[in-house]
Amino acid sequence: MVVKVYGPAYASPKRVILCLVEKEIEFETVPVDLIKGEQRSPEYLKLQPFGELPVIQDGDFILYAIMRYYAEKYRSQGTELLGKTIEERGLVEQWLEVEAHNYNPAIYELTIQLLFSSKFGRPVDEKLVKESDEKLGKTLDVYEERLSKSKYLAGDFFSLADLSHIPFTHYLVGPMGRQHMIRDRKHVSAWWDDISNRPSWKKVLELCKTPFG
Amino acid sequence: MATPVKVYGPPLSTAVCRVVACLLEKDVEFQLISLNMAKGDHKKPDFLKIQPFGQVPAFQDEKISLLESRAICRYVCENYPEKGNKGLFGTNPLAKASIDQWLEAEGQSFNPPSSALVFQLALAPRMNIKQDEGVIKQNEEKLAKVLDVYEKRLGESRFLAGDEFSLADLSHLPNAHYLVNATDRGEILTSRDNVGRWWGEISNRDSWKKVVDMQKQQHSP
Repeated sequence: MVVKVYGPAYASPKRVILCLVEKEIEFETVPVDLIKGEQRSPEYLKLQPFGELPVIQDGDFILYAIMRYYAEKYRSQGTELLGKTIEERGLVEQWLEVEAHNYNPAIYELTIQLLFSSKFGRPVDEKLVKESDEKLGKTLDVYEERLSKSKYLAGDFFSLADLSHIPFTHYLVGPMGRQHMIRDRKHVSAWWDDISNRPSWKKVLELCKTPFG
Repeated sequence: MATPVKVYGPPLSTAVCRVVACLLEKDVEFQLISLNMAKGDHKKPDFLKIQPFGQVPAFQDEKISLLESRAICRYVCENYPEKGNKGLFGTNPLAKASIDQWLEAEGQSFNPPSSALVFQLALAPRMNIKQDEGVIKQNEEKLAKVLDVYEKRLGESRFLAGDEFSLADLSHLPNAHYLVNATDRGEILTSRDNVGRWWGEISNRDSWKKVVDMQKQQHSP
């Protein structure tokens, strides 16, 4: 029985899908329409009680903190995403948390404001956009410094930490028109070119269209 | 005895005491090197070398420097599997996955609104910053929705990830403690039957009581 991933059109599930592709794990996708509010339906809430994406079903097992589980379970196949030692793993965890607390909140807010406001019939909150741009800029300055010393975030190896940045950054340099935030930073730019050109990401984009073409 | 394990930051910081609680559960000796954030210690060049975001805590042992409290906790559990509470991060992959899930729920769903409320209700007045009623109301509503999910879960399960206390429960202690003890909104937790029962259990752990003692020994942040 194959792993089912819900909501492939959106960025957060794409992190999971990218991880499964890197680990050479077979999967199916199940569409969920956020604009129609399908994530609040009773059926969906049985799977993910917070009404959020992503969620996966693996046989009887339902999981919504997903990437680490699969990266560990399938350690011996596909790309090693967790580093090779406990210390490397520690750094992967660190940069995953940095993404979650210092990168994602700002870029997620920009996604909602700039890409989804019109779909929900709401005006853009310019103040929030400005604040988010500033926060994201400050975080990218720290990344620039880090990536001048290290090819990838956790070290000289591609990991789950780099992977988790890809789907939303794809929006940033594309439909959000903020490619200068990446291009103006020499090492961040080189890192972005490297990770966004991985065959796995190209495969994800082919399989799962975004809502923005 | 000198220990290579060092935690940097004031014990009154929620993120710092998340790490301290974990080290105490795991019975790992450590040194707490306090910082005076009011004086800007966390923005000084020496500290920025180990924590480039200028946040607390930072962690060092003989092998590694790390930031982000939840990453540090995961590392401590992996690096010292045989010490202290061996089941803190699960003893098999499925148990670990469940703990991970609720640790993520804490970080993504519980932490943002509870942090905002702790800041507005407990810290802002002390820092002479005006409270924002709109922000308070918004975050109360957000937190209430999250706690509705917890209430249901904790009616089916003794602790969040299963029948044993885990890193997922531990991660909630710092913010929940401030909500209950330093604001007048504690009933958001204590008035819910299952959440209240769970809060009573987890806040009575020896490790957490030690953390609270450490905090009491500090003066204002």
